[in-house]
Amino acid sequence: MDDDDMEMDDYNDDFKLNTGPKRKSYEVDYSSLSQTSVEKSMREDVDHICGILGVESPVAALLLRHQAWNKERLIEKYMETPTTVLVESGATVPEPVAAPTPVRSHSVDKSTASPSSSRRATRSSSKLLSSLTSPTRLSFQKSNSISPSGTASPSKSRKDTKSEEPESFVCPICFDDSPDLKQLALDCGHVACSGCWNAYTTSKIRDEAEHSIRCMTEGCALVASDDFVRNILSDAAPAGTDVHENAVAWSRFQELLVRNFVAANQKLKFCPYPGCTNTVSCPSAAGKSVITSIVPTVSCGARGIPGSSSDKAGSSSSGVLQAREHVFCFGCTIESDHRPVVCAVAKLWLQKCEDDSETANWIKSNTKECSQCQSTIEKNGGCNHMTCKKCKYEFCWVCMGPWSEHGTAWYSCNRYDEKGSIDARDAQSRSRASLERYLHYYNRWANHEQSAKLSVELYAKTEKKMEDMQITSELTWIEVQFMKKAVEEVEKCRMTLKWTYAMAYYLARGNEKDLFEDNQRDLEKAVEDLSELLESPIETENIPTLRQKVTDKTVYVQKRNEIVLEDTATGFQDGRWRWNITVDGFEDPLEDSKVD
Amino acid sequence: MAGLPKRIIKETERLVADPAPGITAAPHEDNLRYFDVTIQGPEGSPFSSGVFNLELFLPEEYPMAPPKVRFLTKIYHPNIDKLGRICLDILKDKWSPALQIRTVLLSVQALLSAPNPDDPLATDVAKHYKENEKDAQRVSREWTEKYASG
Repeated sequence: MDDDDMEMDDYNDDFKLNTGPKRKSYEVDYSSLSQTSVEKSMREDVDHICGILGVESPVAALLLRHQAWNKERLIEKYMETPTTVLVESGATVPEPVAAPTPVRSHSVDKSTASPSSSRRATRSSSKLLSSLTSPTRLSFQKSNSISPSGTASPSKSRKDTKSEEPESFVCPICFDDSPDLKQLALDCGHVACSGCWNAYTTSKIRDEAEHSIRCMTEGCALVASDDFVRNILSDAAPAGTDVHENAVAWSRFQELLVRNFVAANQKLKFCPYPGCTNTVSCPSAAGKSVITSIVPTVSCGARGIPGSSSDKAGSSSSGVLQAREHVFCFGCTIESDHRPVVCAVAKLWLQKCEDDSETANWIKSNTKECSQCQSTIEKNGGCNHMTCKKCKYEFCWVCMGPWSEHGTAWYSCNRYDEKGSIDARDAQSRSRASLERYLHYYNRWANHEQSAKLSVELYAKTEKKMEDMQITSELTWIEVQFMKKAVEEVEKCRMTLKWTYAMAYYLARGNEKDLFEDNQRDLEKAVEDLSELLESPIETENIPTLRQKVTDKTVYVQKRNEIVLEDTATGFQDGRWRWNITVDGFEDPLEDSKVD
Repeated sequence: MAGLPKRIIKETERLVADPAPGITAAPHEDNLRYFDVTIQGPEGSPFSSGVFNLELFLPEEYPMAPPKVRFLTKIYHPNIDKLGRICLDILKDKWSPALQIRTVLLSVQALLSAPNPDDPLATDVAKHYKENEKDAQRVSREWTEKYASG
């Protein structure tokens, strides 16, 4: 118990250091927004533009999307050249309305396109098309361009109107000429049947994740309004299309619009977890310059991944703990929570780990170069009398000098102090030291990641036992829950520890680094102690003692973790950390702190 | 081939009945979505004496997705690589369902008359075209004679 008492003292000291209601320095202010509330801000922007420019809201929406939701720029441009802006955004057809732009259809007589004219050759084929003519443009009623009236059972009523029209309609896309085809066009008048519009819209949304649905006619830049898209995926969808698929496409379309809005705003980020449609707003982490002083770890608040195994009752080990919260870094996409180290350094570290630059390091440490032909040679046994396989040069592995100079000193080298060989050995040991340094940090980094996984797996086994115990003994549910809390804490702290090794690898030598490593060591010791406790055998008799110990340790570990995070975060805000390499957004390292 | 869309049937009928000048396209008997295509090199281009074989495939999503087209005959052209793949906007992002097999092939033919080394697929050929167009055209002619005059 002595040990525990000491720990408790520590804990009390630490406890005084950081109590306070206010936000911890390693946390950022953020809020989570649902898709609906982002849509609300979009609507406000649209209404704002409607009011200023005096346009309809579907037009305002297209204008804003085209200008990346930059209202000031849009207003400015619109005031200068309204027509250009409208045409560029796909809201209107270009003026002089090109003499009724031809609708192409298979019933066209032989194309009059002479090969020579069509071959004159921009790579885009638009020129080729305009030479094809269409039959007299059918006198479509304007109601064909979607209107709410097209709702009730369209195919029947359309058939009736059709019978009055002698000219038969052939869809230029699918070449269908059934009399009950429903015809649709945007304001440009390029008509196609509702089936094609539906298939086209669905394929654009589903396969291309495209929210800007342009007219199907080649070269026409008109973009379908949201109302048009909604209509073609609901009321105007032809009979026989899958209602469910249409609904999926429509909701995906709405999500794409929100994503487009979010992407244009630095203060917003779309939750990266699959199937999640929440957005996080974090104004304090907007912009590249800020993320050198904070690590903006945020969460959209949702948990789990729809349809994944972790949602189903804990069958897999990852499903044992509560489905994971959607935690992510607002500043980068490297890893969800890489506190305490900032994005730029975390990125450098991961790159280093992935790089095969370390392979080169290994080669440096384990091989030597033939001093005549520079081939790389690994000595894997045998004596020091080397003969290069390639150039047949004979040399001594120890001193790298030519073997002939060794005379009769067979298989041993007494020439340690030769000048050239000293240099060679120095270079060799330097690179070996640098490799060892890297491996020191890398092994600890990898170990924490591995241990975190193992402790969760261990818990999966333990949990079953705990539940049995709850049934067979007097213990209540709440009394067997202490393990869960502890495992969660261990996992969290191991993640912190993991990243502290990445940070320590790059920290410049000095007092700051020593202090950092002290904190790191304290946390590591506490975590290892708790980990060990978690692995101790569980018997009904020892549960009360074990629970007391585990609970105490958990609180202590939690505090140590906070100290590490607090101190590092404050350090970033004060600009206290110095690196031994060049890091984006930081001052260059001092000459003497550089490390190979 | 049950369930072949009307659009493909009509396009095929028309391609056979009324071929575009210098272009032939015939579907395989066992797969009506797969076409054997030949294109004559356009007059006045380094490819003029040749006849080039291509393959064209209409994917399931056609016409919502573009056809897949590839040169089978070797050709020295900055926008066509050594696997015969073609860099042409309408075969990618500028595809429109209103385009057809015929228009696509006419565009490919047009591409032969107007190579665009600024948007290259075969970078070495494009470099050659940019640095010494005369000499590059000479190579194109040589290749045409060697591979496309069979």
